[in-house]
This record gives sequence, structure tokens and C-alpha cells, in this order.
Amino acid sequence: MKFIVSLILMAVLSFAICLYLPWWSISIACFVVALFIRLRPGIAFLCGFLSLFILWGGLSFYISCNNNDILAHRISQIILKKDDPLLLIIATGLIGALVAAFAALSGSILRSVKK
Amino acid sequence: MLTEGFTHDAKITKYFPDIKQSTNQYFYFNLHLTKFNMRIFLFFLTAAITVGLCLILNTKLLLPAPLGKLLAPQEGLWQNAESTDNNFSANLKFSQLEGKVNVYFDDRLVPHIFAEQENDVYFVQGFLHAKFRLWQMELQTLSAAGRASEVVGEVALDHDREFRRLGMVYAAENSLREVEANPVIKKECDAYTAGVNAYIESLTESQLPMEYKLLGYRPEKWSNLKTALFLKYMSYDLAAHENDFELTNAKNYFNKEDFKKLYPLYQDSMDPIIPKGTVFQQPKIILKTPADADSLYFSRNSVSVEENSKPDKDNGSNNWAVSGTKTQSGSPILCNDPHLGLNLPSLWYEMQISTPQFNAYGATFPGAPGVVIGFNDSCAFGFTNAGRDVREYYEITFKDDTRKEYFFNNQWNKTSFRIERIRIAGKPDLIDTVAYTLFGPVMYDKAFSGKRSGNKKNYAVKWTAHAPSNELVLFNLLNRAKNYDDYSAAVTNLHTPGQNVVFASKGGDIAIRTQGEFPAKWKGQGDFIMRGTDSSYMWQGIIPQDEIPFQYNPERGFVSSANQRPADTSYPYYLGREYPAARGVIINRKLAAMQNITPDDMMDMQTDNYNVFAEMALPILLKNINQEILNASEQKYLDILKTWDLKNDPNSKGATVFVQTWRHFKDTVFNDEYAAAPLPILRPFESTLLEGILRDSAFKFLDNITTSQVETLADNVTAAFKRAVITDLSVADMQGKLEWAKYKDTRVNHLLRLPALSRLHLPIGGGTNIINATKENHGPSWRMIVSLTAKTKAYGVYPGGQSGNPGSKYYDNFIDQWVYGKYYSLWMMRQQEQKDKRVKWVMSFTK
Repeated sequence: MKFIVSLILMAVLSFAICLYLPWWSISIACFVVALFIRLRPGIAFLCGFLSLFILWGGLSFYISCNNNDILAHRISQIILKKDDPLLLIIATGLIGALVAAFAALSGSILRSVKK
Repeated sequence: MLTEGFTHDAKITKYFPDIKQSTNQYFYFNLHLTKFNMRIFLFFLTAAITVGLCLILNTKLLLPAPLGKLLAPQEGLWQNAESTDNNFSANLKFSQLEGKVNVYFDDRLVPHIFAEQENDVYFVQGFLHAKFRLWQMELQTLSAAGRASEVVGEVALDHDREFRRLGMVYAAENSLREVEANPVIKKECDAYTAGVNAYIESLTESQLPMEYKLLGYRPEKWSNLKTALFLKYMSYDLAAHENDFELTNAKNYFNKEDFKKLYPLYQDSMDPIIPKGTVFQQPKIILKTPADADSLYFSRNSVSVEENSKPDKDNGSNNWAVSGTKTQSGSPILCNDPHLGLNLPSLWYEMQISTPQFNAYGATFPGAPGVVIGFNDSCAFGFTNAGRDVREYYEITFKDDTRKEYFFNNQWNKTSFRIERIRIAGKPDLIDTVAYTLFGPVMYDKAFSGKRSGNKKNYAVKWTAHAPSNELVLFNLLNRAKNYDDYSAAVTNLHTPGQNVVFASKGGDIAIRTQGEFPAKWKGQGDFIMRGTDSSYMWQGIIPQDEIPFQYNPERGFVSSANQRPADTSYPYYLGREYPAARGVIINRKLAAMQNITPDDMMDMQTDNYNVFAEMALPILLKNINQEILNASEQKYLDILKTWDLKNDPNSKGATVFVQTWRHFKDTVFNDEYAAAPLPILRPFESTLLEGILRDSAFKFLDNITTSQVETLADNVTAAFKRAVITDLSVADMQGKLEWAKYKDTRVNHLLRLPALSRLHLPIGGGTNIINATKENHGPSWRMIVSLTAKTKAYGVYPGGQSGNPGSKYYDNFIDQWVYGKYYSLWMMRQQEQKDKRVKWVMSFTK
């Protein structure tokens, strides 16, 4: 349950904070959630990872669907050197996931230090 | 967490049962401390990893691109993925406006702007140009100002120095003074600039055009100077072409007779814009050819120079207008297709701008106010490049290395200096000090050769684009022109780039004028580098307006231009040596033969792939290929050539065989003569070889000077054909690329030349010397046909799309239509038609 709540909170907070701050503020959101909701470090890591993978992957998937993948076709060729919109969406999810996972992990470890 | 600690502890005591309690206590304490330290360490480690990841993904420190920043869905490139059913409607408020403005977008995303107040229309034009094309507008003006290095780094440094030294900014500043001295144009320009800036100010990070994100910079504010710079960029593109260094080298290398044969003063096949036989008045400017021109200027002397980059010499166009006597409707039809580099986002942006005073539709330049090529409720107007040489070089003698004084008319004159600070991304600034003489800036000197002047001499450049002028008046007046008189008054404001301005009106008039600021030259003046130590080689005047070649309602019922000579040699001023002849010949032939012309006929003509050059050249090739010494493979390609219908259609194999054979023929004939020539040198004019062999089948250069026997025309043609087969045709055939469109491989490049943002391998025919002048990356950049019937019927298409955003479906959606020679109907909307089903979105602007 805590996992699910954390996961949702991380995603919602990340989305909200990015309306005002640069993309890397997702790390703040995930860090804070992990600091306040107790999860074991490994679980926190997984939670941050999944949360942002779903958020960023989902957002880019949604945007790309509405865009008929026009942009994803072009940008995947530039960034991934391969015309593969889905791979670009996965890459987007992974980047958010990686940052979020480490942010959540450090949050959860700091919590353990505090107590 | 404590419980966790205990569990671990329990495990430890379990594994170390013999440890005494006291030690155990001590051990536990230590362990706890260690664990505590361990956690702090782990926290700092993971926090550092997190920060490090953010840093790496936000910068280019380790990665080639800031991937996190670029792919973050809420601010990065994904934000540029425009929804395919995006709603462009909006209600916007700007205090700069004087009244209300409504913009109706049709299904092609063409805006129809209706403003209550005259200048508001330019505000909104600026706003929309920025909204849809900001990045290209800024890039083009940065490039014009010699500031490309700021964005792309050191690779653009030579370009920037070249442009600074050519005096691009100096020229734009001179223009700007003229613009701002004219109260009407000043207001127009100010409104346009305010509109661009209103958009820039409203931009958030996530809304930045994709290219800013990819390159990692931000737009700066627009200014009237940027508009002036943009227009100078067009002047560079269209009126900076010259071969002074290349021809000077050729003159020094070849003897006088050979030079004349290779670079003739006139082409036999030329059908000038103003027909042959037109009688011209005695010139008002009586030119004095320098006394030593023959002994010094036209004789051999030494300059050695190197290769450099120049504007494309094929920047040209077609335009024509037919009078009502030749059309089915009885009203004139005007057609225009400017041939320019084919880029995405396109140079052109289509729009209608309308106020109570005027109503104009057509292609606009993102970067400048007004409609450039288009029509209003009374008339239509279009342009082709005049192609006159208006850029000269004078050799300057400085007193010493300080460049403070130069010798002119028997005395030492003072130079002035312009200090150019060039910012380079990732590198310290470069300061380039350019000396200015009364000719113009000293473009090439010891500090900078432009890879062109390798001899450490000093060359000042004189260019008509340096002179103060205000081309915006031209567009302002043409947009409002009602009749021939208005047109005539408007075009006199065009100075540089010189253009053949075609005109047709609902009143039934058609006209064409070769308009521009053209120096009155004596025969040969400006073909070579000139002496700069006295005034004898300077321009002696500008051709007066009433001596400009023009045609007004000619008897033949049409006017046309295709970059050919404006007039034959009876024109009293020197016009230069080389002009392309072929397109003019075929256009005039077709127009003369046509009757009952409809817009459909004009579409067929603009997209016509007939190769009139081949019509003249092919019979000579076929007659001179010695069939007896051909092998089976060569025979196959000869058969293709024999059955070719002279059309460079997309699927034509004959076109490829012809083009390659002719290319090898030129090389076979001339490579021996040019093998030891200094560089850069101009190869013979395009028409030289064909006209040479038509005139004389024993054309001098057919003989290979490196062999003892004398080669004939047949020897040359046969050898060239065999070489074409073995080096090009059989290879192309094997790759399945013998069809002309596949062989030519036309593409429309993104301005950054990123293939993913470009359109490649377009199945389109045409080419050099053909009305459909579509080459590899150059061709008809806007095709327009306007039938001036009571209710205007107009058609147009350009190879691009209204949006400059590669993430929009409107980025390149016109390209297929363009490739297949199809047109869109251009809708000159009335404001009362706002409920029309063609209106898809409405943007309203209020104070």
C-alpha cells in the first residue's frame, strides 16, 4: 500500500513541480516522498524508478499518440540513430526513472539516518 | 530502522557466539556507529549519484546532448510534438495594438489577417512569422550579420569573417537609416518588430522551437536592424554573384582569342527579355573607358587566388505574364517561380494581409513585413533575378602594414576602421579590424584571404548593396498598387538585388522591368579585378530609371524573364558576359505559340520538363558517337539515348544518359586545357561548348593538347560516351538509379542539414536548363499562377509547409503536392466569409 501511495505521490508531485521548475526537480519530488514515507531502500529505488518510468513514458506516449509519432520518428533518428518512436518513449521513461530511482533511494537512506 | 539494526546485531552474535557480553556491547556500539556512518556515506553517495545524473543529463559534459533536458516530456522536445488536431484558435491581448485584428486560419494553416488599423496588420504579421518561423528568422539574420559562430562555433568562423568583411552589417545599417527616415515604413517596421518581440516575450522554455533546444541557445530580441539584415541576406543570395577572381585568372592563363572563345560576350541562342531588335535611345551617361584598359586591364597580369564559397549561381527564376488577348478568360495571367535553395523550414510563408486600405495575398519572407510575391485586388507581381554583376574588386595599395593610408589619385588617403568582434561558442572572441576605403571595405588582405586571394594583396569590395536603400517601400507600394502607374512608381524603390519585376493588372495591362541599381559600365568593366589607385576604373554613374529595359503591353501579348540577358548588345551599357539562355528560349517559344490560355495550361508549363538544351545538343551527340566501336553494354545506353523524348521526366533513363554524356563531353574537351590552370578558375560558360561546335565542328578545343594526333568531334563525343557508361551509367544502372529522379535525387534540406528533419529522395523531374528547374537541392521555391479575372483565381504551392516546427504535421505537408506538380487554390478571403467552412481556426488580437 505504502508502495502504491509513494508511487502515485512521486508521479503527481513530479508532474506538478515540473510545471514550475526544470525537469531535474523530479529528483526533489521523489526524494521528498521517500523521506516522508518509509520504504526500504531497495523498494524506494524501485518505487521511484517505476513511478517516473510510468509518468515520463506515459506522458511521452500520450504526446506521441496525439502527434501521430511525427516528432518521435524524427527525433529518434537524431538521438538514437534509429527510426523507432517506441524506443524513444522507452528511453524517455528510463531517463526519468533512473534519476527518480536514485533520488528516492537517497531519500529513503536519509530517513534511516535520521532515526 | 532500529529494529533492523537489532536484527543484524542478533545475526552477528549468532555467528560470533564466543564474543563476551562486554565486548559485545562495545562491538555493538561500534557497529552502530559504523552503520550510522555507513548510512550517511550511502546517503551522500546516492545523493551524489542523483545530482550527478541530473548534471550529466542536463548538460553536454559527458553526453553529446543534454538528454534529460531534451527528453523531459514537460519541457523538452516532446513539447514540440504538436497534436495533429491542435487548436490554433486563441484570444490575445497586446497593448501595442491600435485596433482589433482577426486572423482566420484555413485548412492549410494559411493565415488571413484582417486589421482595422494599417500598422496592426504588420504587428500580427510579425507575431505570426515568429510563432511559426522564429528560429529560421533569427538564424538567417545571425548568419547575415556574421554571427553564426555564436551558435555553431568555430566551423562558421570563415563565413562570419567573410560576411563582416563584405560589409553586410555596414550595408544593413545604411539601409536601416533609410528605412527609419521614411515615416510610413518606420511605423510599418516598428509594428512588425513589436509583433515579433511580443511573441518572443510570451515564449516559455518549453515552447522554444526545437532547434533552440537541440543547439542549446535562446532567441534574442528582434529589431528593425534584423529586418534590414534579412533583406541584405537576400541581396547576398541574389546579387553577390561575380567571378572577378576566377575570370582574372582565366584571362591571365589563356590567350586573348581562346579567352574570347571560352567566355564569349554574347550567347547565340540568347532570346533576351526585351526582344532582339528593340531600339534604344542614346545613353544619357557617356562612359569613358580608361585609356589603359586594353594594355592593362584586358591584358595578362598576375593574381593568384584560391577557391572559396559563393552564392549559388543558379539562384534564378521564371516569371511571365500573358495579356488577355491570349487567355481564355480574356484577362491577364501572371506566373512566377523563384528558384532558390530548397530548405526546411521554407524561405517562404504564405499569408493574406488585409486592412481597410489594402488587401494582399502571397508569399512573405519571415523576417520582413509585407507580401513579396503575390497579388492584391487589382494586380499581381512577381520577380526573377536580374543576375547583373554589381559587386567589384579594386586592388588597394596601403602605405604600410598599419593600413591607415592608401594610395588614390596621386595622394595618400586615410582609411577608416570598423572593428568586428566575432563571438565564438566555446572559444574566446575574435577581433577583426576591417579597413574601409572610398570603394568599400577591404575584404581580402594579409589577415584574411577568404581562401580566394592567395597573393597577400589587398582587395576592396564595391557592392551596390552597400548603398543606402529601402526595399521595404517597394513591397509596401506593390501591395497597394492598383494599376501600371502605381507599379512603375513602386519598382523604382528596388535597388539591390536587381530583379525583373513582372506585373499584370485587372485593367488588362502586363509589364516587365529589369529594375535595380545597376552601374553604367563600359564594355568589360567589372569582369576582372580592377585598379584601385585612381578613379579611372570606378563606376561612372548608375543607369537612369528611364533607360532601364522594360516592356509594357507588347504586341506579342506576353512578357517573360528567366534570368537571361535583359537586352541584346544594342543596349547602350555593358550587361556582362554570361546569362543562362535555355529557359528563356523555351518559355518564349511556348508562350508565342499558345492561345486561349487557362491557369491549367500555365501549371503544365511551370512544371514542364522539356530540355531545350538537349534539343540542340542531342543531335550532335547522336551524329558523332561512333557506333562501330561500341560494345554491347554501350550500345544499350545508346539505344536509350536514341529513343529519349527530350524530357527530364522522373522516370526517364534517357535524361540521365544525356546529362552524364554531356558532362563527360565537356570534361573530355576542356580538361586538357585546364589541367595546369591557376585556381580558382572559371570553367567555360554552360553554352560555350554547344555553341562552339554548332558554329564550327572543328572547334579549337576539341583537340587534346596532350596527344600528338588531332582529335575530332566524333573522337571526343565517343570517348565521352564510353567514359559516361563505364564510370557513371553502368554503376547507376546496377544500383537501380538510372531513372532521372533517382539519379538526380532531389531533397529539401533542413537548415541544419539533419537528414531526419529533411525530405530526401523526392521523385521529381526537371533540372538545369528546364522550366521546372528542380536540381538536387535547388529549384522552384514558390510556384504561383494568378488569373486576374473579375474574381481573382490564384494557385500556388511551395516545397515546405506553414509551420517551421518539425514536430508539426504542417511542417512539410506541401512537399508531395509540389513534387507531383499540383497546386493549391489560393483563397483571397473576404472578411464577411468568416463563417466559410474553409476557416478552421480564429485568432483574435485586441488591445
